[in-house]
Order: sequence, then C-alpha cells, then structure tokens
Amino acid sequence: MKINRLIRTSTFQLAIIYMALFATSVFILLGFIYWATAGYMADQTDETIEAEVLGLAEQYQRHGLNGLVSVIRERVARDPNGKSVYLFTARNRVKLAGNLDQWPVEVLSKESLSEEGWLNFVLEKENSPWNVDRLVRGKIFVVHGELSLLVGRDIQELMTVKKLIERALSWGMGITLAFALMGGVMMTRSMARRIEMFNVTSQRIMNGNLALRIPTKGTHDDFDQLAANLNMMLDRIVQLMEGIRHVSDNIAHDLKTPLTRLRNQLETTLLMVKEPEAKEEVGKALAEADQMLATFNALLRIARLESGGKLTHVSEVDVSALVLDAVEFYEVLAEEKEQRLELSVAPDVQVNGDRDLLFQAISNLIDNAIKYTPAHGTIKVEVETVGVQVIIRVLDSGIGIPESEREKVFQRFYRVAKSRSEPGNGLGLSLVSAIVSLHEGRIALSDADPGLCVELTLSQVSHIPMRRRLNGKQSSSA
Amino acid sequence: MRVLVVEDDKEVASYLVKGLKESDFVVDHAADGKEGFMLAASESYDVMIIDRMLPGMDGMSIIKAVRAAGNQTPVLILSALGEVDDRVEGLRGGGDDYLTKPFSFTELLARLEVLIRRARQTSETETELRVADLEMDLLSRSVKRDGQDIDLQPREFRLLEYLVRHAGQVVTRTMLLENVWDYHFDPQTNVIDVHISRLRAKIDKGFEYPLLHTIRGAGYSLREN
Repeated sequence: MKINRLIRTSTFQLAIIYMALFATSVFILLGFIYWATAGYMADQTDETIEAEVLGLAEQYQRHGLNGLVSVIRERVARDPNGKSVYLFTARNRVKLAGNLDQWPVEVLSKESLSEEGWLNFVLEKENSPWNVDRLVRGKIFVVHGELSLLVGRDIQELMTVKKLIERALSWGMGITLAFALMGGVMMTRSMARRIEMFNVTSQRIMNGNLALRIPTKGTHDDFDQLAANLNMMLDRIVQLMEGIRHVSDNIAHDLKTPLTRLRNQLETTLLMVKEPEAKEEVGKALAEADQMLATFNALLRIARLESGGKLTHVSEVDVSALVLDAVEFYEVLAEEKEQRLELSVAPDVQVNGDRDLLFQAISNLIDNAIKYTPAHGTIKVEVETVGVQVIIRVLDSGIGIPESEREKVFQRFYRVAKSRSEPGNGLGLSLVSAIVSLHEGRIALSDADPGLCVELTLSQVSHIPMRRRLNGKQSSSA
Repeated sequence: MRVLVVEDDKEVASYLVKGLKESDFVVDHAADGKEGFMLAASESYDVMIIDRMLPGMDGMSIIKAVRAAGNQTPVLILSALGEVDDRVEGLRGGGDDYLTKPFSFTELLARLEVLIRRARQTSETETELRVADLEMDLLSRSVKRDGQDIDLQPREFRLLEYLVRHAGQVVTRTMLLENVWDYHFDPQTNVIDVHISRLRAKIDKGFEYPLLHTIRGAGYSLREN
C-alpha cells in the first residue's frame, strides 16, 4: 500500500493518536527519572557545599580568621586529591588559603568579589590540583565584607553521569518512538490491508463479478465475521437477482403463448377489415405485438443459452466470411445514415462454434454500432489473429459508454441513459455476452475515443498439419 | 390440399385445424404419435405438420419411419420453445422446415405453401424466371423489366430470385433470412425492410404498377396485382 494512502486510513490516524499519548507518557516517565536522579545528585552536591560552608563558618566564629585559614589548610592537606575546592583571599585577592591559586575567570570578570552566590566554572588543569579540566560548582562568601571565600566541589563526574542519563533517556525516548511508529505502521498495514481487501473485492463485485466473495482468514476475528456477514448478504442478493431473472424468464415464457394468440387474432382481423385507416391501426398493433414477441424471444433465448452451458451445434466456422456477411447485411443501414464502414478483416480465420449464434453476436454488435453512431460517423470492423486467438473488434464513433456503466450493459434490459431514446430492448449485449461465454471467449468494452470499442476474443482453430502435431514439435497450447 | 396435423396440445391443434380449414386445406388430425404414424403411413398428403414432442411416439421417429418407407411428403416440424436451437437436428432427421412454438399462423402458412410448391416443382432446373413483365435470366444473371435492363447487386439478385420463385406467396422475413442470407438469426432492427425497399426502388420505381408488395404483419409478396 502506498504510504500516502496509508496515512489517510483511519487506522493509521488512530495509531498516530495512540503513539502521541504513548510518547507523552514515556516522556513524563523518563523526565521524572531524570529529575529524580540528576536532580538528586545536584542537590547532594549543593548540600555538601552548604555543609562545608556551615562548618567553616562555625570555625570562623569560634576561632576567627586564623582558625578559618588553618581549617581550610587542614582540609586541603587531608585530602589533596579530594573533590573539594577552597580559595580564601584577602581584599586584594591575595590568597590566604585553599587549593586554588587564583579566582576562576568567571569570577574575575566580575566587578568585585563582594557578590555572594552560586556559580559553576571550569577549572583548567594548570590551575587545579587534578591536572585535568574539571567542572566545579561553588559558592562564594564574603567574610567581613572584604575577605572572599570560595567553597566548591568537583562536579565533573556528576556532569558525566548526568550526560549519561540524558543520553540514555533520549535514546530510550527515540527507540520507544521508533518502535511505536513501526508498530503503528505495521498494525495499520495489516488492518488496512484487510480493509483494502474488503474494498477491492466489493468494488469488483459491484462491477458485475457477482460470483466473487470476500476472503476470510479463518481466524474468526471481527474482520472474519464482517466478511462472513457481507458474503451472506451477497449470497442473498445473488439469490434475489436469480429470482428476478427466473421470474422474468417465466413471465416471458408464460406470456408468449397468449401474446402469440393475440397476434394471430390481429392477423385475422387485418384480413377482415376493409377500411384503410382501420387496416393501418391493426397493422400498428401487429407491429407492437411483434416487437413484444421479439423481446420475449430474445430474453428466453438468453436464458436458455446461459443455462445450457454447452454448444450443441459446433462446426468449423469461417469467421472472416461470417463477419463480411454480417457487414454486408447491415451495410444498407449505414448507407442510410451516410456512415463510413471501414473493414480490416484477415482472411480465412477459423473458429469452432455455432455459426448462427456467432452471426447473431456479430450482427448485434454491428447493429449497435450503426445505431449509436451519428450520421456521417465511422464504423470499423476488424478481424485479426494474435497467436491462437481471434480478435474481432467493432468500433464506432458514437457517444460511447461511460466507464462506470460498462459492466452493467451486459445485464438484461440495462440501457445507458443516453440511448434510451433509441429503439431497442436492452438485451442485445446480454445476448452477445451469453454467446461469447458459450464459446469460451471474452468480451471487453473500451474507449474508441470517441465512441465504443467492443472486442471479442475467441480461440482459433489451429491449422497445423497432422504430421507436425504428431512429431510433438508443437507446443500443447496450439 | 390435404394436410396432416400431428399435435397433442388441444389448443394448438384446434387453432391449427381451424386456420388451415379456413385456408382451404383438407385437414386430418392425430393427437398422439402412434395414430399420427398410422395416418402418415396409410394416407397420402400434400404436406404434414408434426410436433416433436408427442405421447406414444415422438415426432422425429415418425419422420424417420415415414422416410424409411420411401414417403417423401414434405414435413414441417413444430417444436416447443426449449428446443429452439435443435433446428439443425430436426432438419437432418428428415424434416423439410422447422417452426418454433408459439408461432404466427401467417408464418406457418407461408412455409407450408413453399413446401407444397417445392414438392410439386419439376426437378428440371429453370434458367429463366418470369413474373408479369419481369424476367430473370439465371445464367447470365441479368434482370429485365418491361424490356429495360435492371442492374442488381449479387445479394439483391438472390433476394429477387427467391421472391420470384415464390411469386404470389407470402414470404416472411425469417424465410428471407434463412434462404437468402443463409443464417438463422434475429436481426434487432428492420434491416430486411431496408433491403426490400432498395430492391423495390430498382424493380418498381418508374414502372406502371408495383410488383413487390408488403403484406402487413406477415412479410412480402411478389405479384402482379
């Protein structure tokens, strides 16, 4: 299925909404984890610094400036490679104690050191006890208004851990989203495929292939149930249609006899009446009756051909000659309408079939072509062989048949809206179709641009000499 | 004219018998196959109308038996609807013509006349046909009316020939299709009428009186009056 069509499906839209919800909850969850870990660690650092500062402040209060200096020195000495950073300077920034030699750049850039507060800074390795650049978080105090104290802790590791957590979380988020998207697409696809199957099949059924049914998977899931129900509905429709057809055939059958009697009475009446006007009227009634009888006959004939399922009088038929005969028979009608008949008939093409039925089919097509082509139009009749197939084409330059109606014109009594004004009973193409399927051929309608192209495909009688066939040089398809 | 009707359906039989009597036939009727065969074998008729589906003995068997006995009386087979496409079989089995029920009486009558006339015709092949002032030479394939040459297409010639051979009789459209065009089919439109009117334009137009008449509700007839 194409991706843009996939996106339009309701299943996919649902999947997307679900994914958004899912992503939001994952995001919240991961955000909480991040906040809980990284935040906790940062708080820990701050608390440690606060505690140290508190301790130093206590020393200062107890032992004064010297006490503070000695405590700082002591702490530095006790843990030279520790994580704590101290710097105690006098007003002129002369170092009094601590393991830093000078104030970090971030602080120096400030106007004075009188500002208290938190800061993060990078400690270059030249300037630090550890020989590597470290990130440090510290707090600056002003003691006595002129002495500045910086107490900090190395947070390099913390930062690394934080970065790790961040990376893990963003990866997790990405992977989750990717999985959700893939899952969504896959879920949608399988759903959409089944729905598509429903749509395609019902489309084909609506186009006249009534024998088709929607395939089930045998899983008895809700889709299967839907398919089963639709199929049952279709069976019912087909039954009803069969019923209607049966009824119409029966009506034709039962009405034919009384209609024939009526016709015969009209005939008798026609012989009896003497006034020309009355004769005229009875004659019209006779023509009407004949028209009705012709319709019934056609209907019954189609019914018989469709139910028969087998040809009874098969012989080798020269299609080329037959088509030329049909053209010759109908030519006079084309001449009346001043239409051009163009022929392109390959000679000597043979098929196995019923000569009269084939003639009926072809003459129906030519008759239609003449009927639906306007005056001065063109009608083409073509016979050609393609491999083992015989193609018979009748093209007209009339109004054509809209694509949506092409399947329907084979139904009994179906008439394209534009052609209702023309004489006819809407059975011509049904009859052609029945004859063609009896001959195991195909009929296809296409656009002749303008007009309609009807194409019959039949099987050619192979003209391979017996000897060669026996030698097995011929493929079995010939 | 003696005609035998072998038909088991009462209604069809009485309709046939009545119609034929009105058309000046002497009619014998048999309601089942055996009786029909007895009559056909013992009496002499100008034409026989035999239904295919009969109790006792089916129509095709009657025809075969009659033919085997050397009786060449023309037979018109009647068949019920379901066997419409069994024409070929009926004609191969010794029938001379074939009509599907329900049929129009005109059609039946026209076909009977053709059968009777054909049976009576001397077997020598004519090369000249003539109706009133219309002459047809079958060898040179030329047509003259009132001494004037008329130029016809091959198919028009065959059409006229059939009409002339059955001059004075009613010829139905179906008969023309079967005999002139040699196909048994049902044209959806009145193409035959167009062919006839073209022929009429050639043989009647500009002459004193028409020869080719349309018989309403039946077909055509070529005759003088």
